[in-house]
Amino acid sequence: MSFLSAEEKGLVNGLWGKVNVDEVGGEALGRLLVVYPWTQRFFQSFGDLSSADAIMSNSKVKAHGKKVLNSFSDGLKNIDDLKGAFAKLSELHCDKLHVDPENFRLLGNVLVCVLAHHFGHEFNPQVQAAFQKVVAGVASALAHRYH
Amino acid sequence: MVLSAAERAAVRALWTKLGSNVGVYATEALERTFLAFPTTKTYFPHLDLTPGSAQVKAHGQKVADALTRAVAHLDDLPTALWALSDLHVRQLRVDPVNFKLLGHCLLVTLARHYPGDFSPAMHASLEKFLSHVISALATSYG
Repeated sequence: MSFLSAEEKGLVNGLWGKVNVDEVGGEALGRLLVVYPWTQRFFQSFGDLSSADAIMSNSKVKAHGKKVLNSFSDGLKNIDDLKGAFAKLSELHCDKLHVDPENFRLLGNVLVCVLAHHFGHEFNPQVQAAFQKVVAGVASALAHRYH
Repeated sequence: MVLSAAERAAVRALWTKLGSNVGVYATEALERTFLAFPTTKTYFPHLDLTPGSAQVKAHGQKVADALTRAVAHLDDLPTALWALSDLHVRQLRVDPVNFKLLGHCLLVTLARHYPGDFSPAMHASLEKFLSHVISALATSYG
């Protein structure tokens, strides 16, 4: 059984094709750090995170956001085997980065807000529901190798 | 995380801008919640939950009125929302995790309708406001 129905895949891929992954990545990561300030704990070496403006214009935040969302984007190409697709990243986040998987869920929801912000009426309830499945699946896959 | 004076002002200003449309947005947030998180529907077996239903709109207006009341009582949410807390805890027995799901869908609705206002700082203020409302609603869980 597929993770997403054919219709849901269509909705997700249809919207994702229009996403500027690099920009949206920086915005989503920036907003995570602004809205949930405790997440800044993972980015002490990133320089000035002292205000919303500082965070959103921080070049390290943008670069890292780009990296994160490009991985997410690659994962979308393997939507029926997210656990396989994110196995190595899952081990990295557990063993080396020590990131609480709750943060993946938070980032997933911030990403959904950013997509709503960018796409307006196109980000209707059906599209949102499909994306909520995706971000939950990615978060779960990233947490899968934790031990 | 207490709301600062600037954050309170921002939330109040946005609420004024929403005007009489708060009900429309709360209804949309409910519809998004039911679609994205189907388990939330288990609390509404008595309602017609098809999108556009008059019953969902009526419930959306109730949610809107409660949120508007919350915005008017940012200094004392637990007292202002005590009756609602009691209702949700004792009678409806809603698992508090569901409040967060509706809160998230409300943020998504506002981001979609007010892109010019939904800056990172406003996003943070709204998230804080909603988490205070949720906390006040959960007061009766003891």
